[in-house]
Amino acid sequence: MKPLSKTLTGEKVEIIEIRGGRGLVTKLLNMGFYPGVIVEVVSNCGYGPLIVAKGGIRLGLGFGMAQKVFVK
Amino acid sequence: MKKKIKIALAGNPNSGKTTIFNNLTGSRQHVGNWPGVTVEKKDGTFTYEGIEMKVVDLPGIYSLASHSLDEKIARDFLIEEKPDVVVAIIDSSNLERNLYLAVQLLELGVNLILDLNMIDIIENKGIKIDIKELSRVMSIPVIKTAANKGKGIDNLKSAVKDIYDRREKNTFEIDYGNDLENEIRNLSRFLGEKKILSRYSLRWLVLKLLEQDENILAKIKGLPEEKEVEKKVFESIAKLEKHFGYDVETAIVERRYAFLRGLAKECCHKIMGIRERKEITDRIDQIVTNKFLGIPIFLGLMWLTFQLVFTFGAPLAALIDSFFGWLGGIVSLGMNVLAAPAWISSLLVDGIIGGVGSVLIFLPNILLLFLIISILEGSGYMARAAFIMDRVMHTMGLHGKSFIPMMLGFGCNIPGIMAARTLESEKDRILTILVNPLMSCSARLPIYTLFAGAFFAKHQGLVVFSLYFMGIVLAIVVARIFKSIFFKQEVAPLIMELPPYRLPQVKSVLIHMWEKGSLFLKKAGTIIFVGVIFIWLLASLPAGVEYASKESLIGKLGSLLAPLFSLAGFGTWQAAVSLLFGIVAKEIVVGTLGTLYGVEGMGLKNVILQQFTPLSAYAFMAMSLIYIPCIAAIATIKKETNWKWTALAVGYSLILGWVVAVLIYQIGSLFS
Ligand SMILES: Nc1nc2c(ncn2[C@@H]2O[C@H](COP(=O)(O)OP(=O)(O)O)[C@@H](O)[C@H]2O)c(=O)[nH]1
Ligand SMILES: [Mg+2]
Repeated sequence: MKPLSKTLTGEKVEIIEIRGGRGLVTKLLNMGFYPGVIVEVVSNCGYGPLIVAKGGIRLGLGFGMAQKVFVK
Repeated sequence: MKKKIKIALAGNPNSGKTTIFNNLTGSRQHVGNWPGVTVEKKDGTFTYEGIEMKVVDLPGIYSLASHSLDEKIARDFLIEEKPDVVVAIIDSSNLERNLYLAVQLLELGVNLILDLNMIDIIENKGIKIDIKELSRVMSIPVIKTAANKGKGIDNLKSAVKDIYDRREKNTFEIDYGNDLENEIRNLSRFLGEKKILSRYSLRWLVLKLLEQDENILAKIKGLPEEKEVEKKVFESIAKLEKHFGYDVETAIVERRYAFLRGLAKECCHKIMGIRERKEITDRIDQIVTNKFLGIPIFLGLMWLTFQLVFTFGAPLAALIDSFFGWLGGIVSLGMNVLAAPAWISSLLVDGIIGGVGSVLIFLPNILLLFLIISILEGSGYMARAAFIMDRVMHTMGLHGKSFIPMMLGFGCNIPGIMAARTLESEKDRILTILVNPLMSCSARLPIYTLFAGAFFAKHQGLVVFSLYFMGIVLAIVVARIFKSIFFKQEVAPLIMELPPYRLPQVKSVLIHMWEKGSLFLKKAGTIIFVGVIFIWLLASLPAGVEYASKESLIGKLGSLLAPLFSLAGFGTWQAAVSLLFGIVAKEIVVGTLGTLYGVEGMGLKNVILQQFTPLSAYAFMAMSLIYIPCIAAIATIKKETNWKWTALAVGYSLILGWVVAVLIYQIGSLFS
């Protein structure tokens, strides 16, 4: 298990756990990013916001958020 | 009695709601006025087979669990105002996630129609959606549209009428599995017997309680049965979590998505073997959000924007200017011929034509700026800009999403302040609002154009740019200071969907530009018009005094205030008065100077050259940029926050403006 921020561009990972404030977790869940979902890291330059994809959806996550989403 | 069907358009951001809204209502729409009136909602009407229908275009939402103010507005409208028919606008190329909202709407018990929009996109990919099956499973009418080409809109209208006439109770329910269903049944029985919050659909209420939805929990608070309900819900949740091994909210969300995945699979048929190509969007993003190229591209686009606004705006502005000059000449001639009293001629020529004219000159610039902003928004680039700027914004204590309100603030602070609604955290939102007036809106432009044109003709662009830049730097400083005083918490992390790039539609862009531009026109016709007459009156009274002289009421008022500004180098009574009236609307500053000096256009420039020095002119421009937001902006801040923050916004900007102007003048004087 590692935070999303440590993934590489092009990697496909499964969401395991989302930590953080309730509102943000609820938001991610409702947008379809919940534990068990597989996402592709479209771009991650390692120190800033990154983009993940699920199907046709492109989600931008701030670095802070990316550290709270745990994947494998 | 003639009936009127109330329709709400609900859907994810970028699913095409506004495009459908425009298609339905054509020009019969009414966009929120300045705050205070029914602002947030864009509504319009149309008639279908003799029946009058009223449509509301709601802000985009992903679910009925609201986080940002924007989402709350949409949600409250759906829940509390109970429209007759709700149309769920679905982006068909993202069926699962879009249907997710539709499912929640059904649970809420609204009269729902499913509109599979963007059907052209999915069909081009060779996928056919079986709407009969979808309609059967969800037991609601389903239609297809391609709103950008106006296809299917008539079907939508007739579906609305049908469902309104039938008015059946929808019976669709997702099966959440035995464990959840048991608890749902228990809680439903309990809440039903006690008739708690019975205005909501029972099943929806129970689900929201299990999801621990903040808004619904807040509604339970204060009821006589509060403790009892909380205990019951807590028991259910504890039982379920023990069973699942993770939280109930996740379990509910997961069940819904699982159902929808199945449904989408059943209803989508691949008819042709079109090969999936790498999405164009991803390819553009690889360049535009690249770690090295992202910010330079962004800055380049901003630079281009301002170049376009000024190069194309200038000749049009000159045209309008000469029109008002000509009009003033004609009218004053006509008045002479008619032998009208001098005061009427003066009211028309000095007051109204001079005042309003000097403001309308800026219409081309403002329209161009909004045109470019709409294109950037419509193409999907604006979301990327927020994304790219997230890190930069964080270092100033703001949020990536604060960036869009700031951008819009360059056009006008009012939409800027309102756009802060998309921020999830209340603290981030308030901070974004507080510094927004430092974004130099287009109403300040006339002041810069006049003064920079008079004193720095050779470096006009540079000088104006320096003022915009000063606003940004001050916003950073102020944000940091306020952050450390009022909002010590961390900035909420960014979560933001990046919509696919699309070619913006000419019609939508033009409508959007016109919406914003017409607000400015309306302002010229109302607030500014009244302001200008008021100034003229003060300049003409007491009776017999020479127009706009030092002995007039306005002259006395100005003389009273002028000493305050002498430290900043512009201690004339005319400057003081113009700043005072600038609070009504910043455009009035130039208009007032025009009225007070009794000249406009080139004439005004010559007077300014005598009354100011380059240094005091620059201090005056800085003051105009920073001091007190205009009345409309103050009203918006009040509407979006409360009196306390509004007072802070007014107070800090006044003090900051004065301090900066004085510093510029005093320090500058040392060198000259
Ligand atoms: N290809 C295609 N594009 C569409 C369709 N409907 C809307 N669009 C485009 O999708 C974008 C977002 O539409 P908009 O109405 O602003 O979405 P809103 O955020 O839901 O109001 C715009 O660029 C539209 O031109 C459609 O049916 N097909
Ligand atoms: Mg819209």
